[in-house]
Amino acid sequence: MSEVTASGPHVLELAGGLDLASGRRLEHVQIAYETFGELDAERANAILVCHALSGDAHVAAGPDRFGEERPGWWDPVVGPGKAIDTEKYFVICSNVLGGCSGTTGPGSADPGTNAPYGLRFPLVTIEDMVDAQAALLDHLGIGRLACVAGGSMGGMQAVAWARRYPERVVSVAAIATTWRLAAQSIAFNEVGRTAILGDSAFMEGDYYEQGQPRHGLAVARMIGHITYLSDDSMRHKFGRRLRERAEHAFEFVTEFEVESYLAYQGRKFVERFDANTYLYMTKAMDYFDLSSGHATLAEALAGIRSRFLVLSFSSDWLFPTYQARELVDALKAADAEVSFAEVPSPYGHDAFLLEPEQQRQYLEPFLARIVSEERERARQPAAVGGGVPS
Amino acid sequence: MTFQDLLRADLRLVTEMIPHGSRVLDLGCGDGSLMAHLRDEKGCTVRGIDLSPEDIASALGRGLSVVQADLDAGLTGYADGSFDYVVLSQTLQVVRRPAFVLGEMLRVGQRGVVTFPNFGHWRVRGYLALRGRMPVSRSIPFSWYDTPNIHHTTVTDFRDFVAANGGAIEREVPLVTREWAGQIRRVHIWPNLFADTAVALVKRAHVRGA
Repeated sequence: MSEVTASGPHVLELAGGLDLASGRRLEHVQIAYETFGELDAERANAILVCHALSGDAHVAAGPDRFGEERPGWWDPVVGPGKAIDTEKYFVICSNVLGGCSGTTGPGSADPGTNAPYGLRFPLVTIEDMVDAQAALLDHLGIGRLACVAGGSMGGMQAVAWARRYPERVVSVAAIATTWRLAAQSIAFNEVGRTAILGDSAFMEGDYYEQGQPRHGLAVARMIGHITYLSDDSMRHKFGRRLRERAEHAFEFVTEFEVESYLAYQGRKFVERFDANTYLYMTKAMDYFDLSSGHATLAEALAGIRSRFLVLSFSSDWLFPTYQARELVDALKAADAEVSFAEVPSPYGHDAFLLEPEQQRQYLEPFLARIVSEERERARQPAAVGGGVPS
Repeated sequence: MTFQDLLRADLRLVTEMIPHGSRVLDLGCGDGSLMAHLRDEKGCTVRGIDLSPEDIASALGRGLSVVQADLDAGLTGYADGSFDYVVLSQTLQVVRRPAFVLGEMLRVGQRGVVTFPNFGHWRVRGYLALRGRMPVSRSIPFSWYDTPNIHHTTVTDFRDFVAANGGAIEREVPLVTREWAGQIRRVHIWPNLFADTAVALVKRAHVRGA
């Protein structure tokens, strides 16, 4: 057991590699992670935050892995005095396995060839990502997590944690997420992948010398952004407004505000994200099914002790409320402790990034209670279990 | 003042009806006062349902599990007979489908505990009879056009309602809750006239000796 690392960005070389759900094995795994706040004496206040498709370890403000001060991807929710308060809790966030922000992924060098893996990188699942995080926590000497929290693909990891490591997860905050994608979401992912795979610069994934398939990745991101918004938010944000002109151009140029927004999001994305990672992440999401191996989700969740807080957003049509309710109903049927609320918001799926106050309303009392109970439990001399599996 | 005293009068009676260690589902649980009481004082396993974000947040702070749901949509997820008691306090009058909600209560619970304001109370009758206006009182403090109470009932009507919907009343406690602050008094004579609130313990009619 090593000492918990000081706040800031770190890299862990995972000794012993990682066995994957596909049956393949990664011998060399590096995990980029950041920590915020301090672990308390009882080791009762550790919260793991899992990031979504395009996220990274930089969940809250501070120096990133390049030493640059910048806000975190969940800045309104995680930080000093925020809903996930880094003055009270020890927050850990790592870049997922298969990612492109410091953790081993398709863009990393294959130790066999010293060239980037590309598509030779094994397919990873949400559960593989969770296993990598568990190995990180072993390294940090954290046996039990007061909470695993995440939105979207991060929420998938959070619920997967509860099934995979039930004895380590005191509570789960599953936000704007689902227990498995419906056909509609798989369809959007496939359109994104098709755009990348069909880009002539893709070169079977071996594009790292020449530069990545910018057009395909940008299109994938544009489609993604449409699914993160809502009809309502688009009407209010853009309407039919034209950009820098009063009349139609009668040419195929960027005219409408919404076109300009999507083009900008696409351009910005290709500067920071790897096309192969996009393929791997979307595939991992498509494969994810919390009920796998069981006839029903309730059966798969039987005996789960973690306490759940499930939040959905009223205008989220990518991870709609009915899917959150399916998860909640299965948890009820499995006799788990589950709380649920649908947050009213016009912002679509993006609401989990844009509605900090409404999330705080639930997260703050939920986390405060869990951590105080965990401290109480740690002080009981008879407390057993919860140590790091040796 | 003990915690018991902080509970609403009718809820105090509900706690008396629920044995130690029961599994309890509280419909319209509010901020979780009853749930917390049953958990902490009587070792019950408790779950709740409510609509209000503020109330759910309060319940979370007490370590309670509360799901936001519309009772008119049914008690989805919960298996048949998975609770010993399902509590519906001061909520029957606001649901759109009282018979369906009662059916769901008796599906997931062995017994239901229902508390409701009695529209047959003499003050209500007098208000309508003498003023010719829809009654507005402390226990029914809304004008007819903005009231959430869309299904008022009386003690007598409630008996018919339960019988007509596959239930049986095991125990009925008519109460006067308004006479003294924080005090409740059981009504023994003409409950449909003198009780402003009633608490009823209900079970499925076809369950014998349960």
